[in-house]
Amino acid sequence: MNRLGWIILSCCFAIGLWQALVTLTGVPHFILPAPKQVLDTLIKSHELIAWHALITISEVLIGLALGALLGALTALHLMVSATSRRLLMPILVFSQAIPVFALAPVLTLWLGYGIWSKVFMAVLITYFPVASNFLDGLRGTDKGFLDLATTMRAGRWQTLLQIRLPAALPSLASGLKLAAVYAPIGAIIGEWVGASDGLGYLMLLANGRAKIDLMFASLFVLATFTVLLHSVISYFANWLTRRAKGETKELLENA
Amino acid sequence: MIKLAGSLQTGNSDWLFKQVELELYSGGWTCLLGPSGVGKTTILRLLAGLETHGTFKGELKTQTCSYMAQQDLLLPWLNVIGNVTLGAKLRGEKIDQERAKALIEQVGLSEHATKFPRQLSGGMRQRVSLARTLMEDQDLVLLDEPFSALDAKKRADMQELAHELLSGKTVMLVTHDPAEAARLGDKNEIMDATGIQQMPAKKKKTILAPEAAETLKLQSNLLVALRKEAA
Repeated sequence: MNRLGWIILSCCFAIGLWQALVTLTGVPHFILPAPKQVLDTLIKSHELIAWHALITISEVLIGLALGALLGALTALHLMVSATSRRLLMPILVFSQAIPVFALAPVLTLWLGYGIWSKVFMAVLITYFPVASNFLDGLRGTDKGFLDLATTMRAGRWQTLLQIRLPAALPSLASGLKLAAVYAPIGAIIGEWVGASDGLGYLMLLANGRAKIDLMFASLFVLATFTVLLHSVISYFANWLTRRAKGETKELLENA
Repeated sequence: MIKLAGSLQTGNSDWLFKQVELELYSGGWTCLLGPSGVGKTTILRLLAGLETHGTFKGELKTQTCSYMAQQDLLLPWLNVIGNVTLGAKLRGEKIDQERAKALIEQVGLSEHATKFPRQLSGGMRQRVSLARTLMEDQDLVLLDEPFSALDAKKRADMQELAHELLSGKTVMLVTHDPAEAARLGDKNEIMDATGIQQMPAKKKKTILAPEAAETLKLQSNLLVALRKEAA
């Protein structure tokens, strides 16, 4: 059986387990709804869920893109400037010591209840893993490559762009994979603290009104999206890594 | 004339070497032998203008060079042509594709020109590295044990190929292998803690056959001297 087959089987197994738990324990539907009930709600309320999902997905994607871009640019800048590195690294590390949860109310205060406070949360939470991983990669270039570039009389910028940068792509890729996991967390935290749209908001609302089936349906959509996001980013990240190591598709076919 | 004379201080009262003197054989091969850790690679790095762990005091006459190390230092994300033309790319110069192709042919890799380093054997990779060194077209070529990781047959083949393609250039080879120095060196030097000492070398400029009586004599000479130094 191929990988996809196993994934489908695994999903069926999880749903079976869930149904068995509901049937065997007789737990009331307002504590744990049955899979069928969640599916019904998902179909019945699909417009409502889709609207809120669209908001959350936008927050996550914009946040991830901005966070990754800013993180990568910061890493490049810190690589080039030793002064910036000494000045900014302590601030960056300190900023990571603050739990992002604690910042959410402040961001809501400053940026309001709209999507931007959530986008900013996602930026904050994705920025550091990208910047830190990429900077480690840029600074960890094989000394031999740098010696070679020196004897070839390469300029500083050429060395950065043509040797350090491509050699650091696998590190950038691991930063991106982490960021893809973190970004939805940032957006949802933001929505919990104060929002009028988004899946995080919908889940809190449904919970407050004892519409547990709607809460589970929202959770299911959120989980599906995060898994998809992670798969897409991983695919891209693995491609970057293979490219940097000279393991192209063509190579694998020849091997 | 490529020349180095002086000392390298690595700490307040630590020297890697003191009073070393080395003059390269112009237009031919100088082989530098000696025990590990004595500073052979450091001498080569000084001549290459690369950083060393210490301060050099003395006289250093060198020029731009091309450099080849024990690791092939091929960039894994570039194919063979990309690696051979790396120097021009790093300097932002126009890339002479024709010349690159001709050199790749000379090292016998025409069929592999678009392959990536991962797809090549160790010997092939070192030949790409040689083509890249030739592409730089410098009169001074510094080699830091470039053949030591190859098996005996490939090493002998590489020595002949390098000797042929680098003819007329001033070459310095750091090596651990007395047989290699015996075949290639127009001037052989042994370095130890007390300094550098000149040893006998072959008379003609052509490369010696590995099995020639002269090679074997030079080789055993060098080996005896190296063992004495180590003792």
